[in-house]
Amino acid sequence: MNDMRIVRKDVDMNDTKISAKGVQVFYGDTHAIKDVDVEIKDKTVTAFIGPSGCGKSTFLRCLNRMNDTIDVCRVEGKILLDGEDIYDKRVDPVQLRAKVGMVFQRPNPFPKSIYDNIAYGPRIHGLAKNKADLDDIVEKALRRGAIWDEVKDRLDAPGTGLSGGQQQRLCIARAVATEPEVLLMDEPCSALDPIATLQVEELIDELRENFSVVIVTHSMQQAARVSQKTAFFHLGNLVEYGDTEQIFTNPQDERTESYITGRIG
Amino acid sequence: MPLLWLFILILALGLIGFILGRARALKNANGDIRLLHSLPTYYGSNVLLAILIPGLAVMVIWLILQPMVIQGQVSSMIPDTAYSDKGALNLVMSDVRRVAEGLDIAVEQGTLSHDQARDIRTELTDIRARLGAVGVALGSNVESYVLKAAQKYRTMNAVGNWMMTVAVLAAALAGFAISYMRTNKDMRARNSVEKVILGLLIAAASIAILTTLGIVLSLIFNTIEFFKLYPALDFFFGTTWSPSFGGGSELGILPLFWGTFYVSIIALLVAVPIGLFAAIYLSEYAGPKVRAIAKPLLEVLAGIPTIVYGLFALLTVGPMLMTVFGEDGGLGWMQGGRSVMTAGLVMGVMLIPFVSSLSDDIINAVPQAMRDGSLGLGATKSETVRQVVLPAALPGIVGAILLAASRAIGETMIVVLGAGAAAKLNLNPFEAMTTVTTRIVSQLTGDADFASAEALVAFALGMTLFVITLCLNIFALVIVRKYREQYD
Ligand SMILES: Nc1ncnc2c1ncn2[C@@H]1O[C@H](COP(=O)(O)OP(=O)(O)OP(=O)(O)O)[C@@H](O)[C@H]1O
Ligand SMILES: [Mg+2]
Repeated sequence: MNDMRIVRKDVDMNDTKISAKGVQVFYGDTHAIKDVDVEIKDKTVTAFIGPSGCGKSTFLRCLNRMNDTIDVCRVEGKILLDGEDIYDKRVDPVQLRAKVGMVFQRPNPFPKSIYDNIAYGPRIHGLAKNKADLDDIVEKALRRGAIWDEVKDRLDAPGTGLSGGQQQRLCIARAVATEPEVLLMDEPCSALDPIATLQVEELIDELRENFSVVIVTHSMQQAARVSQKTAFFHLGNLVEYGDTEQIFTNPQDERTESYITGRIG
Repeated sequence: MPLLWLFILILALGLIGFILGRARALKNANGDIRLLHSLPTYYGSNVLLAILIPGLAVMVIWLILQPMVIQGQVSSMIPDTAYSDKGALNLVMSDVRRVAEGLDIAVEQGTLSHDQARDIRTELTDIRARLGAVGVALGSNVESYVLKAAQKYRTMNAVGNWMMTVAVLAAALAGFAISYMRTNKDMRARNSVEKVILGLLIAAASIAILTTLGIVLSLIFNTIEFFKLYPALDFFFGTTWSPSFGGGSELGILPLFWGTFYVSIIALLVAVPIGLFAAIYLSEYAGPKVRAIAKPLLEVLAGIPTIVYGLFALLTVGPMLMTVFGEDGGLGWMQGGRSVMTAGLVMGVMLIPFVSSLSDDIINAVPQAMRDGSLGLGATKSETVRQVVLPAALPGIVGAILLAASRAIGETMIVVLGAGAAAKLNLNPFEAMTTVTTRIVSQLTGDADFASAEALVAFALGMTLFVITLCLNIFALVIVRKYREQYD
């Protein structure tokens, strides 16, 4: 990949936000994640890359316990958020998910109006003092999701009536509206045109000031552009994890090298 | 040849046609399936259908027409003096058929020979005794014209059957020959088989539709008859229901309608919350094990015949309500075990599985991604159910409720046993009342003359019910359809 520009970014030595130790995930008998250790830094963008089916989404879903909703799924190992085990019995997954937001691989707007889609999270968490406040939150979230201009005249229209890419941005805006501490984004730009992609990447960069962001992507350029840390998954293993710059310029593992240069995948 | 044998013969012919047709197509392509336009079985099926369809069609048409023709011919043999009107002629004709049948049986059992059966005379033989001996009891002595007609009937039938066999076989063989000759590797066998399948499906659909149409028409004609005898205005707006077969009855639908409405409302008030909550529990909260046991158990309720529910209302629920709301309970609201409340409660129980299994399907149809989206934003399970799943499923659930409502309106047995027979316009749910359906039953089961307003009113009642439930169903379907479009 010669034409790939790697934008240099400062990687501060932040505190660890999420720390995973020896994570194993099983779907029934399928062993989807094998013994993964990873430290996700605060105020950092971490990219998960890897070939399709290698377990990126699965691992991402472990980080806010969305795998709880899958009956056959079993998670082993420890995942600490701010030093607290999120799989501990005392932890309420509902509160956890308010802190660790998620944008799903497939856009899933609610069959409600665009406004209600965004207002959903703020409403259940009581983030708005009054209607005007809520209006502000909705507008701000839609602007951050780079979709405000397209929908500002039809906030009452159903969210399901938007195009695929618009739905994707709506879902990003919806996740941002709840102000999570960590935002997990599963291929948030897969259906977006270059301009919208750029806007979402700007949003990710902006979010990094306050939150940590984990993004799954199939675009090497995107990983290189937005992330400071990159993790390469292959067949359920975390093959390599390190500074983005180092992964893309000087990978230690030959599988990583083959993948980012386009030989496996 | 007996009908069954003919039928089997046609089937066998079809089978042979199938094998030969398939073989011919294969041979025409020199055994290479790829050269054929369609798969070999299609060629076989094509010949099979070309045999069965004409054969069976001729058979069915013949079976319908033959009795009509014979009836016409034979009835002309009955002297005019023997009957006064058409009804009497029909009676004579049924005698004729019975005698003919008796002769057949007698021949079969050997008490009469073929020739005897053809030639016996009432003047010489006691037919009644002879037939009685083979188990065919006749009401009176056989008139000579009846016997002659019966003998004519027998011969015509025999000839007719024989001709039918020939015609059916000819049609089948013609179909066989034509389709077999036309079978070659380029024939579009698949397309013609598809067309036949399409035809079958259309036929099935039209039978369903035509039946509905027939029901509606029969209702309409009788309803019109009724309105000729009784003013429509009095029927729709009359507040008294007191049919008296002597005449001078008042047939206002309002009290019945009120009963139906009241019982249905109570039933829905019971069934909708319980059914809906059960559905939510089963689809959203229950683990796979609980679901596997609870769901079939709930659906067993749906399999209980309504008459059993009626008994339950009469024997258990009614007396139970009496002990609380009746004189003994001190409240004195209830005079007897039968009341709107009794029927409504039991009907509600009957509708629970109906509401719950429909709602369960609808809730399950809400995509998991929708729930994930909500849970991923930090919503609790009940918030997710209330704010995302139910709104998404709401149109479907409303449809389910409307369907349940139309069942409640049409329900009869529970009301007969549970609600009583008094037509009243009363607000007290512990009073006995009656509904449209039960009155239909009682108006038609009496000894009333079928042409009287008192009997015909049943059709007007039925028509009214039909229109109401039809509207409810259409409304429900429209809503359900609108809901379906949402995720596709
Ligand atoms: N709900 C599930 N039930 C059973 N197996 C699953 C389920 N979800 C994922 N898997 C399996 O887990 C493995 C990892 O899947 P995952 O969705 O995490 O891949 P991914 O890396 O996100 O792929 P992609 O880039 O295509 O999204 C796959 O082999 C998949 O078949
Ligand atoms: Mg994925």
